[in-house]
Amino acid sequence: MAQMNMKEAIRDAMRVELKRDPNVVVFGEDVGKVGGVFRATEGLQGEFGEDRVFDTPLAESALAGMAVGMGIQGFRPVAEIQFVGFIFEALDQMFIQAARMRYRSGGRYNAPIVFRTPFGGGVKAAELHTDALEGLALQTPGIKVIVPSNPYDAKGLLVSAIRDNDPVFFMEHLNLYHAFRAEVPEDAYTVEIGKANIVREGSDVTIIAYGMMVHTAMKAADELEKQGVKAEVIDLRTLMPLDIDTIVASIQKTNRAIVVQEAQRTAGAAAEIIAQINEKAILHLEAPVLRVAGPDTVYPFAQIEDAWLPSPARIIASVQKVLEF
Amino acid sequence: MSKLPYEVQTEPVTPLSLLSPEGEVVNPDAMPNLTDEQLKEVMYRMVFTRTWDERAVNLGRQGRLGFYAPVSGQEASMIGSEYALNKDDFVCPGYRDMPQIVWHGLPLYQAFLYSRGHQHGGQIPEDVHVLMPQIIIGAQVLHATGVAMAFKKKGEKRVAITYTGDGGSSEGDFYEGMNFAGVYKLPVIYVVQNNRYAITTPYEKQTAALSIAHKAVAAGIKGVQVDGMDVLAVIKAVSDAAERGRNGEGATLIEMLTYRFRPHSMADDTTKYRTKDEEGEWSLKDPIVRFGKYLEKKGLWSEEETARVKEEAKATVNEHIKKAEATEKMTVAGLIDSMFETTPKYLEEQKADFQ
Repeated sequence: MAQMNMKEAIRDAMRVELKRDPNVVVFGEDVGKVGGVFRATEGLQGEFGEDRVFDTPLAESALAGMAVGMGIQGFRPVAEIQFVGFIFEALDQMFIQAARMRYRSGGRYNAPIVFRTPFGGGVKAAELHTDALEGLALQTPGIKVIVPSNPYDAKGLLVSAIRDNDPVFFMEHLNLYHAFRAEVPEDAYTVEIGKANIVREGSDVTIIAYGMMVHTAMKAADELEKQGVKAEVIDLRTLMPLDIDTIVASIQKTNRAIVVQEAQRTAGAAAEIIAQINEKAILHLEAPVLRVAGPDTVYPFAQIEDAWLPSPARIIASVQKVLEF
Repeated sequence: MSKLPYEVQTEPVTPLSLLSPEGEVVNPDAMPNLTDEQLKEVMYRMVFTRTWDERAVNLGRQGRLGFYAPVSGQEASMIGSEYALNKDDFVCPGYRDMPQIVWHGLPLYQAFLYSRGHQHGGQIPEDVHVLMPQIIIGAQVLHATGVAMAFKKKGEKRVAITYTGDGGSSEGDFYEGMNFAGVYKLPVIYVVQNNRYAITTPYEKQTAALSIAHKAVAAGIKGVQVDGMDVLAVIKAVSDAAERGRNGEGATLIEMLTYRFRPHSMADDTTKYRTKDEEGEWSLKDPIVRFGKYLEKKGLWSEEETARVKEEAKATVNEHIKKAEATEKMTVAGLIDSMFETTPKYLEEQKADFQ
């Protein structure tokens, strides 16, 4: 075991897989020599060579499309899009070409690609560096979506994603890269894709969250505990496929739920989660399932992002609403 | 006004042409080295493809084919370029480039199934090195670039080839792909079949560049232009580019000047944007007529031979359209199962609604 922050755990996942499988290649803008703008790939080129870990020209569509071409020839590309807002340049290759490869070819070809991208607010970044765009991927059949919230999950999920024979959109929250350290095994291990994690047990209300919002929800749960409210917090970890069974089981116990996301209300994953709860657990509900989310504006300018992002106070207010319904 | 010393210098390019419209050799030094049998095979494939195209248009009218992009006029650029490849070279076609992937090994009935919108059309046989036709113009340029990257990394002496049209050369992906190939020195051939029209939009409305071949300059790769109605010139240009690729000398952009005798697609009306004069002028350059004259002079081909191939092609098309029509219908459940390697639970649940 070693103490790692999430960025180091992500790097370690790529390192163990580069070591294990000669078909794994890591590339993107500035990921090679310097090891990425967040140093998430630092040292990998030195250890595995320029043939395995390399820089690309500045063109997101081409680097994603190159991954598709390499994927059908037996490579397992881990392609980095430097910031989430730049995925729009690559959307055709990520969400059309890679996501449909298996389907279009009736299984003859597949796209064993991980598209890694940093995202997430609270770090006062420039425009289009932080937007929560997971909702776009969730509306795209054929691509899995993973948003880890801690170092252990990040490494295990990235190893699983690299070994997955279908494309994965792997979103890394900027605010979590260096937030804290945790015990992470040094060898390869996997965390199952599509499996949520109950990070805090409770009996009064279920708080469903992912990414940074897991930590915001935990802060809210601490406060609620002082008020005598026991909140159960679910870290989804994977948004597609969604672990609806864990959510439903929790609601059967608590009879109340809210969903917390940092994306705008009509984006993200919350609406789909609530729809599925309606379909599968309506008779267990004592109150409607509420959303805590960013307002439906463009992602805010850095000066007001702390006010814009969901806070523990807004989560607590939402929990009180469902408790008092 | 003379050019400034600090201005990029470009000169017009003259297309490589080996045969005159009368089938005379005009450039003996550049003639590709082909046996009589090979020459006959090229002619066979061109006549076959013309007949198939004629039949496909009619099958489309009868509702027995769906989406179909006619190819008549482009046989030299399509057939010649594929013929110059090895079987293990990889083809990333655009939506009009069905002949290349069929001659590269895709069974004809699967091409028909693709046209009819059946998933089996894309189930490329294991030993056939092609992708399905690409609908998103430019996307295939990047796939070929990635395939070539894979060949280079594995040290394989193979090339990737991809096709787009004159309109496609305006796409960002077209430039990005060539630029990557330049940086990594990849074994890839970018073919632009310039038939002068992107649906109704003429070449002049796509670009002010002297030629599409000139666009190679921006990527630092080799750019050449060939007479795309001259099958021997096409074979020569692609053979050279493939050899360069295999020798580690990098990528080539080949612009092939050609013309489609038919509309862009079955839904297009050429009378709205082309003149009879223009169509007449290009019909004089028919690649099959020109190459046929050359072969006839060599005593390798005759009218009777053409008639025989046409009959054979018609019979083959009939056989394959029947096979396509007899292919088992798809099911929604089957489609759901083709999304992922292992069908996730939420999709298993959705399948239940369709069983």
